[in-house]
Amino acid sequence: MSIQNITVALIGNPNTGKTSVFNQLTGLNQQVGNYPGITVEKKLGFCKLPNHVKANILDLPGTYSLNASSIDENVVIELLLNKNDKLYPDVAVVITDVENLKRNLLLFTQIKDLEIPTILVINMSDRMKPKGISLNITHLEEQLKTKIVLVSTRQGIGIEDLKNQIVDYKSLSTEPCLNASSIDVDYFDKLRHAFPDQLLYKLWLVITQDVNFLNLERNEIPNQFTKSHSELKRLQQKETIKRYQFINDTLKVGLTIDKENATDLRSKLDKILTHKIFGYLIFFAILLLIFQSIFDWSSYPMDFIDASFADLASYAKNKLPAGEFTNLITDGIIPGIGGIVIFIPQIAFLFLFISVLEESGYMSRVVFLMDKIMRRYGLSGKSVVPLISGTACAIPAIMSARNIENWKERLITILVTPFITCSARLPVYAILIALIIPEKRILGIFSLQGATLMILYLLGFGMAIFSAFILNKILKFKAKSYFVVEMPNYKLPLFKNVAINVIEKTKSFVFGAGKIILAISIILWFLGSHSPNASFGNAEKIVAENAKNKGITLDQKQLESEVGTYKLENSFIGIIGKSIEPVIKPLGYDWKIGIAVVTSFAAREVFVGTLATIYSVENNDDDSTIKSKMQADVHPDGSKIFNFATGVSLLLFYAFAMQCASTLAVTKKETNSWKWPMVQLIFMSGFAYITALIAYQFLK
Amino acid sequence: MKTTVDLLRIGDKATITNVDLDKIPLKLLEMGCLPDNDLEVIQIAPLGDPIYLNVNNGSHLAIRKETAREIEVEIHEK
Repeated sequence: MSIQNITVALIGNPNTGKTSVFNQLTGLNQQVGNYPGITVEKKLGFCKLPNHVKANILDLPGTYSLNASSIDENVVIELLLNKNDKLYPDVAVVITDVENLKRNLLLFTQIKDLEIPTILVINMSDRMKPKGISLNITHLEEQLKTKIVLVSTRQGIGIEDLKNQIVDYKSLSTEPCLNASSIDVDYFDKLRHAFPDQLLYKLWLVITQDVNFLNLERNEIPNQFTKSHSELKRLQQKETIKRYQFINDTLKVGLTIDKENATDLRSKLDKILTHKIFGYLIFFAILLLIFQSIFDWSSYPMDFIDASFADLASYAKNKLPAGEFTNLITDGIIPGIGGIVIFIPQIAFLFLFISVLEESGYMSRVVFLMDKIMRRYGLSGKSVVPLISGTACAIPAIMSARNIENWKERLITILVTPFITCSARLPVYAILIALIIPEKRILGIFSLQGATLMILYLLGFGMAIFSAFILNKILKFKAKSYFVVEMPNYKLPLFKNVAINVIEKTKSFVFGAGKIILAISIILWFLGSHSPNASFGNAEKIVAENAKNKGITLDQKQLESEVGTYKLENSFIGIIGKSIEPVIKPLGYDWKIGIAVVTSFAAREVFVGTLATIYSVENNDDDSTIKSKMQADVHPDGSKIFNFATGVSLLLFYAFAMQCASTLAVTKKETNSWKWPMVQLIFMSGFAYITALIAYQFLK
Repeated sequence: MKTTVDLLRIGDKATITNVDLDKIPLKLLEMGCLPDNDLEVIQIAPLGDPIYLNVNNGSHLAIRKETAREIEVEIHEK
């Protein structure tokens, strides 16, 4: 038998457990990418089915209907309308939640109208008994003209049935389950005559939606079929009502709920979690727990990673033959990669918490609690999600602002999210705090260093809220707005979903940043060990002569260190650094810090790697960690470079400056204009410069 | 008794009689806010807004007061 390849699309409302089904079908055998040109996440997985059939499983973004109101939803429609797309599904699997069947079936009836073979998965079937729900499957299959598979991803039930049903997709009916065109018989009759080859519902979607459709452009549809915006809206409303009538009639026989048998955990939890006092206390306690995990628990694996990379560098130095290439590895690449690997524990903790909050359904309650408060600052309750995810990384956070319906609230959220302390700032903060804040405890409990980190987080958050407040006053938009947030059922997060999410996110973050750091390390190392001046090669001689002229005698070790410094200052990087020194000197930075600040504009976490590379080029002693090298560095007059004033100035600069090219790129994509990323860059970095300047001048 | 959703109290149950189709987004209709469907007020946020509803027996959602004002209902007698 030949091997057959089919494409399966998973479609469903948000919160129906669509991703759980996807994870059950594909395991870790999945790739996450982007749809071309847009930042919508594309999840494709692979699955072996019975009878030697292989399936590409596509997890489409969650959508409530085929009437798109966001680019995520557009992806679904564009794919389903375009038969030529190589991911056009052979079979559609619509995932529904047994407790929310009525609403979930709306999307199902629309998919059926596209005449794609469709399987209906009723998920969370383990909830039927405790909720007193019983289903008449035969009746439902008959009315909905489909095959139904009962699945419980929590108990791992029904996945094999689903696989068998997918293989057998050719036996599925492609007949629509209701006649939606009866909402305006005349109009649809004419449409049918004008385009006899086209599917009526597809035509209707092309007319009502702002989507790209390869075979049939909207403007090819003759004028007689265009309707005014309000006429179209009315027809869409009639269509929705029509579909609901059908669904309600079908479920009258197909679904019975015995309220006597129902237990209601949901309303009990809601009473506590959205309580006017306890609700906020619990939210605050959860935030504290998250910070505790980042500051405290992750320090143990981090210390271990730090020491391991220092060992690795000295091991490589001893084992590899001496030479330029070895220097590149031990001085550039290993410290650079170490700078990013070290904060895997913190990123993993952050993604773990965010994933659990989202999966459990708790995040929606926070949105509900915070909406009124956030609105005062021009934000939405839904801004809480980007602001919390921003503590991991601003890029996914800005993308998650997409489900804010009001454009002004969404824009303000996008603009202020980069102020939130992201995990890329952590390695910078960690090393600077360790250098300038003593390791003491206040009242025997709070560590002074931990408290400093807490202050920096609060500073970032405060600045985000403050700028939102200002932007809300300045920006004048008349956005027609509404706010709808689904309050999903509480669920114990599935370990597999959370684990896959944490692994995927951490992996893409580390590899993304790793590539940049690797490239910058190599460039820096090259620039640091080469020079435009001929004198570079004679460094030993020049240093020795200078010493002689001043009448100082240097021993071998001093000579080596002096030569290193001389070489670095005369290298390309030294020359560049010296030329920018006037700008950064008022902030208390020397040229080496200046280089690190400049390279940080690619990504903040490069700061530590850059300093590591520069110091390693300067002196070849690799047994010490980057922290001790920074501690030992002095100005020509012998005073410490990383003193308190410089440290505070740097911390403030990193807290406020917009130093992340990827964030600017994602802002550009999400706002569709260069104006807003430029506003972020100029406003944030300008503010950072001024505060750092003031802080240094006061403290020095 | 006829009223609008923004005036309901926690625990009130009602049937939707009319929605202002020009002011209510399609998405809300798709989530079940249609005439003849029932709704129940589950919770009202601490500052009186938003309002957390169970619509059409299963669709749980929260909307702001300004939207709730556009949904007319008939309260069920207790």
